[in-house]
Amino acid sequence: MALGSAIMMITSKSPVHSVLWLIIVFFAISGHYILLNAQFLAIVNIIVYAGAIMVLFLFVVMLMNLNAETEPIKNYRLQLVGVVSGCSLLLIIIMALNRLDVENVVEMKVGDGGLIKVLGMTLFKNYVLPFEISSVLFLSAMIGAVVIGKKDMIADKK
Amino acid sequence: MDIKAYIALSVALFTIGVIGVLIRRNAIIIFMCVELMLNAVNLLLVAFSKMHALSNVAKASATFASDAQIFVFFIMVVAAAEVSVGLAIIVMMYRNVHTIDVNFLNRLKN
Repeated sequence: MALGSAIMMITSKSPVHSVLWLIIVFFAISGHYILLNAQFLAIVNIIVYAGAIMVLFLFVVMLMNLNAETEPIKNYRLQLVGVVSGCSLLLIIIMALNRLDVENVVEMKVGDGGLIKVLGMTLFKNYVLPFEISSVLFLSAMIGAVVIGKKDMIADKK
Repeated sequence: MDIKAYIALSVALFTIGVIGVLIRRNAIIIFMCVELMLNAVNLLLVAFSKMHALSNVAKASATFASDAQIFVFFIMVVAAAEVSVGLAIIVMMYRNVHTIDVNFLNRLKN
């Protein structure tokens, strides 16, 4: 399901459809997180990716008023080259992974490492410094986005 | 479930992201493909952590299972920050050149 949606995402002409397909991919990945007993990550994935980031993408797509007609004329030879090189990358990775024979099994639906309580204790005991640094990163990203977005307005006033 | 299934899924998702970056000329869709690649890597990290949770090294440390998930959590945080800045750049580029075709940006100045 995730693979099908992902292929639909890169092949659909309209950017809006592409965004919607990507949301389906994220939901499928969240389902995998739940299967791996990482409930917190599943919820965060849905809220942050499928919620916030995708709404942001949709907002930008709507803002630019894009539709299928504005899609630029594509160079089909270039596309073919892209697909071929991507498939060769896939082949190379698979060949490389074939060399090692891991017979390990992923444990499903057990373990409490993904629960919010355990994760919170780990985050605020062992990883306080990265947490604070990421908050500073968020602040700088926010300020940066506002500055980049306002550049035109400043230029117009001059 | 076998770890190979998860490796195959993640590699396939990552490759689809790479192909998307290569064949699409729309800046927003290229950006979305980058997000897809990040998610594939996240999925693989969680799967590997659950695989490794059975080993002796993992049982020695109390917080092993949550460590990997904290790592994924930070990747998500950085991705969110990156998306906000990237979309601001795309909006500014659209204002300047009125297109989001990346081929239009093949020169630095007109």
